[in-house]
Amino acid sequence: MFEIRIHGRGGQGTVTAAEMLSVAAFDEGWHAQAFPTFGSERTGAPVVAFCRLDRRPIRIHEPIAEPDAVIVQDPTMLHQVRVFEGLGPDSFVLVNTGRSFAELGMTDLVAGLRPGHALTVPATAIARETIGRPLPNTALLGGFAALTGAVSIDAVADAIRQRFEGRIGEDNVAAARAAYQRVQEQKEQVDARSEA
Amino acid sequence: MPGQRLSQIEGSVAVAQAVARCRPSVIAAYPISPQTHIVEGLSDLVRGGELIDCEYLMAESEFGAMSACIGASAAGVRTYTATSSQGLLFMAEALFNASGLGLPIVMTVANRAIGAPINIWNDHSDSMSMRDSGWIQLYAESNQAAVDLHVQAFALAERLSVPVMVCMDGFVLTHAVEEVELPEQEQVDAFLPRFVPQQLLDPKEPVSIGAMVGPEAFTEVKYLMHAKQVQALDEIPRLAADFEEMFGRPGGGLVAPYRTDDAETVVVTLGSALGSVEEVVDELREDGVRIGALGITCFRPWPLDEVRAALAGASRVIVVEKAFAVGAGGIVGQNVRLALSGLPATVYDVVAGLGGRPITRASLRGLFRDVLEDRMDSRSLHFLDLDVELVERELARTRLGGTGPHAEHMLRALVGVGAVPPGPEAPVGEES
Repeated sequence: MFEIRIHGRGGQGTVTAAEMLSVAAFDEGWHAQAFPTFGSERTGAPVVAFCRLDRRPIRIHEPIAEPDAVIVQDPTMLHQVRVFEGLGPDSFVLVNTGRSFAELGMTDLVAGLRPGHALTVPATAIARETIGRPLPNTALLGGFAALTGAVSIDAVADAIRQRFEGRIGEDNVAAARAAYQRVQEQKEQVDARSEA
Repeated sequence: MPGQRLSQIEGSVAVAQAVARCRPSVIAAYPISPQTHIVEGLSDLVRGGELIDCEYLMAESEFGAMSACIGASAAGVRTYTATSSQGLLFMAEALFNASGLGLPIVMTVANRAIGAPINIWNDHSDSMSMRDSGWIQLYAESNQAAVDLHVQAFALAERLSVPVMVCMDGFVLTHAVEEVELPEQEQVDAFLPRFVPQQLLDPKEPVSIGAMVGPEAFTEVKYLMHAKQVQALDEIPRLAADFEEMFGRPGGGLVAPYRTDDAETVVVTLGSALGSVEEVVDELREDGVRIGALGITCFRPWPLDEVRAALAGASRVIVVEKAFAVGAGGIVGQNVRLALSGLPATVYDVVAGLGGRPITRASLRGLFRDVLEDRMDSRSLHFLDLDVELVERELARTRLGGTGPHAEHMLRALVGVGAVPPGPEAPVGEES
């Protein structure tokens, strides 16, 4: 089983991201499940959504306490919510930021994970360029595909198109592909460094 | 499966699709979370012309919605509604009218807690409070089960002229995006015959329905109501067999036994908790523990013989349920004890998942271990994951003369304990 937890704020498409990720995985033959935490949702409030992938049918419905991957849609939440709770040494972390982990004061976290498992991507900036709106969710899905390899970027693109038709869908696919590229490049750098 | 497509789809949307394929002629509803997506989906299907010959009524309240359903069903058309929580309570009077009149209305209850205190999350307090309303109650363990039970519910309701409630865990199932095999229209049409009402209000041949009945016949009317519900115990397995033949997958039925054959301990539950219970059963089986599970699909009528047969070999029965009778104990638990009357099994009543608290595998594992290792008292009602310290602090506060509402004081006591730590001093990265 591969479990993903997405932290964001109301209005950032956090729940939609989890749903699209489940569709991408489903299309690639996974059994998949996506669900939000439920509360009195309002714009700007912290939101958590979950996505669970497995090779056998999924029977459980509990929240994900020990994620294999965490996606943080808004770095300002790092000081508000325990977004990294339950991470294991093999877990993945993807943070939406243009800054480095050192600038965010997160070097300890990164040091506790395997090289290349914690990366950042400026998803909001990418979204502004490609979609014209600061909605980081689809870019982060592209970045997630590069970071973990759990789903392919093509499956992510298809899932986005299933959710958003026409121009909006294509712009979001462009965001996902751009972020995929950025994360892929970072991974290659990490690989080159560990080989050197 | 022949002609069927697996979709990755939200539970509510899947139910809306399944209900639409049952071709209801009238849907009357009032939105309340977490049922809203279902009726929104249906309203879109009606407006978009996908669900034809159907009138969608946005009622002014749940009482109005059920009353409209009663009128429509009495006029002889297939009728559907959905509700949750306080909405179901607001329908209460009309629910008894629907069942007393023998109207085959189908309703989804997206299970949710009942206030006070205000709580919008999942448990079974709503449908359990209406367990004696004369409606058949079916509980879905998954979104696939919810879809399959809705298709069977219309057939069951109309064969017996009894209303049927399909209960599915609010949010946990309604808002989960999962794979579901949606039944094709042709299959549903073949499975579900055209509705032929057993009673009909027709201006051309005027009759009265719902007249006053005095002591001379009221008991007899009620007796027939009971007899007809009990008939469902024969009808439901027949329908499940027909369903499997038509759709190529099992679905429905009265109870769902899981690895019970040689089980010394059996866990009884209903709704979406069953999946987690089964996972933990599998784990404990790996360790050589003879444990199984029994899902209750049909809670009303109560399948006493089937429950008794499934539990006959067990020495310990753990009932995990998301509601309870305040001051009395477990609700399903009491029914299970009735079914086990005269048998030597010990029954443990456990209330879990109230007001949206997740029923985790970790908690279930601990609970089952406690029972297996004789650390539980079967004579008292247990609350899974109860925060004993929080309760004791509140009791201490009131003992010292503290006044005011428990709920607000307990919430305040929690700040800084389990809640999200406020402020920028929150630890970043300490979990690594």
